[in-house]
Amino acid sequence: MKSLLRIQAIIVKELIQLKRDRMTFGMVIMIPLVQLLLFAFAINTNIRHIPVGIFDQSNTALSRVLEQTVAATSIVKFTQNYNSLPQAQAAIDRGDVRAVFIIPNDLSQRLVRHSTIGFGLPAASDEETSRPIAQWLVDGSDMAIAGSIKSLRNMPLAELLNKPANRNVPTFEVTLLYNPEQRSVVNIVPGLVGVILTMTMIMFTSAAIVRERERGNMELLITTPLASIELMIGKIFPYIFIGVIQVTIILGLGYFFFNVPMNGGLWQLALATLLFIFASLVLGLVISTLATNQLQSMQMTIFILLPSILLSGFMFPYEGMPEIAQYIAEALPATHFIRLIRGVVLRDVDVVDMSFDMFWLIAFSLIGLIVAAMRFKKTLD
Amino acid sequence: MTELVIDAINLTRNFGSLAAVSSLNLQVEKQTIYGFLGPNGSGKTTAIRLFTGLLKPSSGTVNVLGCNLPKDTEKLRRQIGYMTQKFSLYDDLTIKENMQFIARVYGLTPKEQKVRLDELTSIYQLEKLTNQIAGSLSGGQKQRLALSCAVMHKPKLLFLDEPTSAVDPENRREFWEQLFDLCDQGVTILVSTHYMDEAERCHKLSILENGIKRADDSPANLMASMPANVIELSTDNLRQLKQQLISLPEVVSASQLGAHLRVLVNKTIADPMEFLTNTNIMPSKTEMRIVRPSLEDVFVLSTGHNRLSSTNINKDK
Repeated sequence: MKSLLRIQAIIVKELIQLKRDRMTFGMVIMIPLVQLLLFAFAINTNIRHIPVGIFDQSNTALSRVLEQTVAATSIVKFTQNYNSLPQAQAAIDRGDVRAVFIIPNDLSQRLVRHSTIGFGLPAASDEETSRPIAQWLVDGSDMAIAGSIKSLRNMPLAELLNKPANRNVPTFEVTLLYNPEQRSVVNIVPGLVGVILTMTMIMFTSAAIVRERERGNMELLITTPLASIELMIGKIFPYIFIGVIQVTIILGLGYFFFNVPMNGGLWQLALATLLFIFASLVLGLVISTLATNQLQSMQMTIFILLPSILLSGFMFPYEGMPEIAQYIAEALPATHFIRLIRGVVLRDVDVVDMSFDMFWLIAFSLIGLIVAAMRFKKTLD
Repeated sequence: MTELVIDAINLTRNFGSLAAVSSLNLQVEKQTIYGFLGPNGSGKTTAIRLFTGLLKPSSGTVNVLGCNLPKDTEKLRRQIGYMTQKFSLYDDLTIKENMQFIARVYGLTPKEQKVRLDELTSIYQLEKLTNQIAGSLSGGQKQRLALSCAVMHKPKLLFLDEPTSAVDPENRREFWEQLFDLCDQGVTILVSTHYMDEAERCHKLSILENGIKRADDSPANLMASMPANVIELSTDNLRQLKQQLISLPEVVSASQLGAHLRVLVNKTIADPMEFLTNTNIMPSKTEMRIVRPSLEDVFVLSTGHNRLSSTNINKDK
């Protein structure tokens, strides 16, 4: 009973302080809102309208049709014309364009001899007839852009000569489940919940104990009968609500604005999210008992945040990472949560079927809470 | 025998090689105001932290309200109030919110909270300020708030660490009246200070220096048993005379107070006025009289390079 009163004391105090701190309160809303809009619009693996230049050596009606056909894919956008190879090269060096399309003098000869257009299949050894019709000079440092331009390599050219397309029969049939239109926002929005919660939840509690110490309130708190576990629970509780508000903003916007499907059950989502919020808050508390000032706690938060963004599967698939990185990823609550939320939201998986991830979040929270309570000493020694 | 509230035996606390409190023997009786007088860094705060269980002793034992520290620290915490040197309530909460916070932490039920809050705001004249943010209060108001929170749970023993350092004299008087009221209700108070006038109000006093207890008695006894006589003299050219006087081994200290020079002469000299006249350095028209010692004289004699002990009445160089 008295223990509940003491926890209530901390919760009420934290809520009042949060209410008075308008800036922080505003950030609680603005961080998910702005980040979602930014990420949803900015992160796009289907790259379009890459600015490129053209160096047209043949300068014929045919070469202009070729240019238009390429532009029609809308993968690239021709912004510059160059008259020499060094000029084109310099433009790429400067970063004016990402690539230059070089059309040779003998475009029409190459075209008629080309295997997909010309007169039947050429002999494999015949170098003359297996030459490509034009060349791309690409700034290959960015793999995503290079990849998009590389996808133009096998562009069908039949329409260039008003001939029916010489279609190949694919070796495999590929059926895309859950995100058939391949919109990256579908994958990003649920993952973003994990990243934003990692950031805000850890940040709030990592500063929690340190701030009391820095402002001189700790000396008062530790002379009271307040137990360290009561302080920890009281510090965590108000931020659970903040986490819930943020999740609602992100998933709500995702659903109404970006048509991210919500296939799974709401209570399943709530369960997974609450577990993750709890784990992140506890992680922040552990940081708070390690740090001696707020700057340190902030640095430690970022130390956790970066791998949570890069290794959790939010940006790069977990399966593609080397084994050591996978071990690190397994240790992060964000990895397990992103698996859970993508499972629930996109694939309508029952969280019970993903019990390993659930179990891991629970274990992480409990161990963390015990570690934090034990590390927090009620003395000034 | 009167009940002892604090009983420390050979209490020592080291920070690295520095002994912040060294072999402290201290007995505080129930329902008294006990003062710690000492300069900054003399171990006052460390001693209080040892008595409240905030620090563990390096050696020695301490028993507070029948609790052996550090074993019974949690049990002790329900019975003591502690007002820290620096304001340690929440600057971004109002007076009422701060008081409610403390009331809940001490487990007062909502009904008890209301009664106690009304009571305390009226005693400490905070009624009109209840909705003001603590950070915007004056020094005196903050101190009254801190005291009202420290006594929220009606502690038997109250620790006040330099409670009046940010308070004007008017508020200090008021504050001490409130302390005597609390004492009258049965509370034992341990207060640290570096103000002589405050120290003089205490029932009993310890003078601390470098973690060592130099003297320990009631202010009146301390002044009476002082191992020096106090001569007040007035003449021309006081600064020069002062320099000459303190070079004499029998003169413990000389300090100027306005147009007077306050000279402490070792008690081994039976007639200090005659002694001073015979030194041949006194200007012809010097007025001299023996005056009552003050606590500051006791303090000067107990600490620093002027230190004299009552048993060894030789000048301590």
